[in-house]
Amino acid sequence: MLDAAPAPLVQVQNLKMHFPIYTGIFRKHTGDVKAVDGVSFDIMAGQTLGLVGESGCGKSTVGRAMLRLYEPTAGRVVIDGDDVAHLAPEALRRKRPTMQMVFQDPQASLNPRMSLAEIVSEPLDEHTDWTREQKLERVYELMDQVGLNRRFVNRFPHEFSGGQRQRIGIARALALKPRFIVCDEPIAALDVSIQAQVVNLLEDLQEKLGLTYLFISHDLSMVRHLAQKVAVMYLGRIAELSPSKDLYAKPLHPYAEALLSAVNEPDPELAARRNRIILKGDVPSPANPPKGCNFCTRCPKVMSVCLTVKPDLLEVEPDRLVACHLYTVAGSTGASEVPEHKKQTRNQQGETR
Amino acid sequence: MAEPAAPVLDVRDLKTVFRTRGGEIHAVNDVSFHLMPGELLGVVGESGSGKSVTMMSLLRLLPAPPADIRSGKVLLNGRDLLAMTGDQLRAVRGAKIGFVFQDPMTSLNPVFTLGNQIMEPLIKHMRMSRTQAETRAVELLELVGIPDARRRLYQYPHQFSGGMRQRVMIAIALACDPDVLIADEPTTALDVTIQAQILELVKDLRRKLGMAIIWITHDLGVIAGIADRVMVMYGGQIVEHAPVRELFANPQHPYTRALLQAIPRITGPRDARLKVIEGQPPILTGALDACPFRARCEYRFDTCDAVNPARRAIDGQPVGLGHDVACHWHAPARQEPAHA
Repeated sequence: MLDAAPAPLVQVQNLKMHFPIYTGIFRKHTGDVKAVDGVSFDIMAGQTLGLVGESGCGKSTVGRAMLRLYEPTAGRVVIDGDDVAHLAPEALRRKRPTMQMVFQDPQASLNPRMSLAEIVSEPLDEHTDWTREQKLERVYELMDQVGLNRRFVNRFPHEFSGGQRQRIGIARALALKPRFIVCDEPIAALDVSIQAQVVNLLEDLQEKLGLTYLFISHDLSMVRHLAQKVAVMYLGRIAELSPSKDLYAKPLHPYAEALLSAVNEPDPELAARRNRIILKGDVPSPANPPKGCNFCTRCPKVMSVCLTVKPDLLEVEPDRLVACHLYTVAGSTGASEVPEHKKQTRNQQGETR
Repeated sequence: MAEPAAPVLDVRDLKTVFRTRGGEIHAVNDVSFHLMPGELLGVVGESGSGKSVTMMSLLRLLPAPPADIRSGKVLLNGRDLLAMTGDQLRAVRGAKIGFVFQDPMTSLNPVFTLGNQIMEPLIKHMRMSRTQAETRAVELLELVGIPDARRRLYQYPHQFSGGMRQRVMIAIALACDPDVLIADEPTTALDVTIQAQILELVKDLRRKLGMAIIWITHDLGVIAGIADRVMVMYGGQIVEHAPVRELFANPQHPYTRALLQAIPRITGPRDARLKVIEGQPPILTGALDACPFRARCEYRFDTCDAVNPARRAIDGQPVGLGHDVACHWHAPARQEPAHA
């Protein structure tokens, strides 16, 4: 991946976000919820990385820790040349305009007592010394960009529908001309017919403004539509990181495979013919993850090595990273020799080698 | 009815309004449908389309006021639920018709054990003793796939995960062997892998118990996998109704078509751009003398603003049995739909 033509705008290296658990009368530190446990990926400038997984897998925490809404426990988050995870407060403040976030619930992320103009211009108050007129001009410009009627400028959030509120959230994120936006489930709270409107808007803006997105979602078909590359997370770790077209054509990690097969196909013919993998049980608690592979408690292809050794995220096919023992030498992690047998391992099982 | 068997549930011209200070909201507007024994009827629509209110109206679960069931008949095995007294109705709720609600987090009472909540309908409706009820409760929990059922009976809802709670909700709804199970977005709050588990469970239970199910959802993908027939609701009305394969292969209403094109697929070629349904869902106040979808419809013409279209069969079968659609493009005068 070195010296590829488009340079990565965002590089995340071994990001960890642990939340301490305190128990007892003395609030003793007894453990950690390992919400994010060693996550690494790059996002190319102008592209979209999809981050998918079930609730509680740590996907939102990755987005928040990257923008330093949490203090990461360990790791580097290089956005446009600066390591955001280790910036000093004043430098971080100056960095903030380049990285923004669109939140899941537009109802909860807009202050009900502020008008649209106040909400969208708040970042401008904070980071520019523009006059009122300049700010209002920018607010109008943003409203045009996200498709909100200029007449709505003095309205309050409750006067808008869900889709319109999400447009306000997007306008606010765009106010300072960021290069990188974390979209944290921006369409999850919207109706199907409105979702497409917001997704098309995000695509248009990306094209026009050259934005780079981290698109966090549990909607696998929408991620397929939007992202060039997709990271599948499970219990705080990346299970598979692949180009979107490869992942959807043939998922390599058993969890990615199960997740894709669980998606409901809006076609009765296909739905009747498909062979779905139904996973047993629930996701284990991130406070007490399994000793070996995080997925070993539910994996249909579990082997003995999975119960004791955590698999590393390795390149098993060109540009495809998978954390699974099926793709390494049975019984050892064999990190060094992995690139050698990437072709053979295409045939599903670990024994094929 | 032209069918040999009698429907277990027959809803005719149901009309529910909410009286508010801003005027009357026509939440359910002349909705008619039937449910055959053992059948799974899917109800699709966006929030505000009236799908939940319709089902709540059947059992008169809506607070009145503001809700007011204006007219209609809800015949359960021939008896009209809307004409029943409170006591008669109470004997139906939970016993003849089971209800599974969307959010398993809020529909279980946190201060009672699960056993208590599963046994309640058994003791009330089936007049079982506590021991009998307990045995039956264990059976039910095993039926919905909860391991270690006897111990679980004495646990509280917070000790269960979301998927497990939804299984418990289903167990409660099934407790008295209902003829009809109404499931109101039972998988919406769940993750996809858990959703797949619940869908499998329901398919399996249906095979074993043979009850009729009404499944409400906004997810066309879910419907495609489980339903026999589908009705699409918009603006408090049924705008299209068809057997499931027919609906997906040959959608006729502009709303159904747009909805199917607005969702990206997980297989097949990647769409360059999603088709958008412009505008917002309607606010259902005021007169009902126009098509509810007109403001967002690409095929709107003058009649759409003047007359609310009635459901018309397009396959020669009576309305409600085959494929029918409420759209002026299917009026006899306009036999050639421009968008076909």
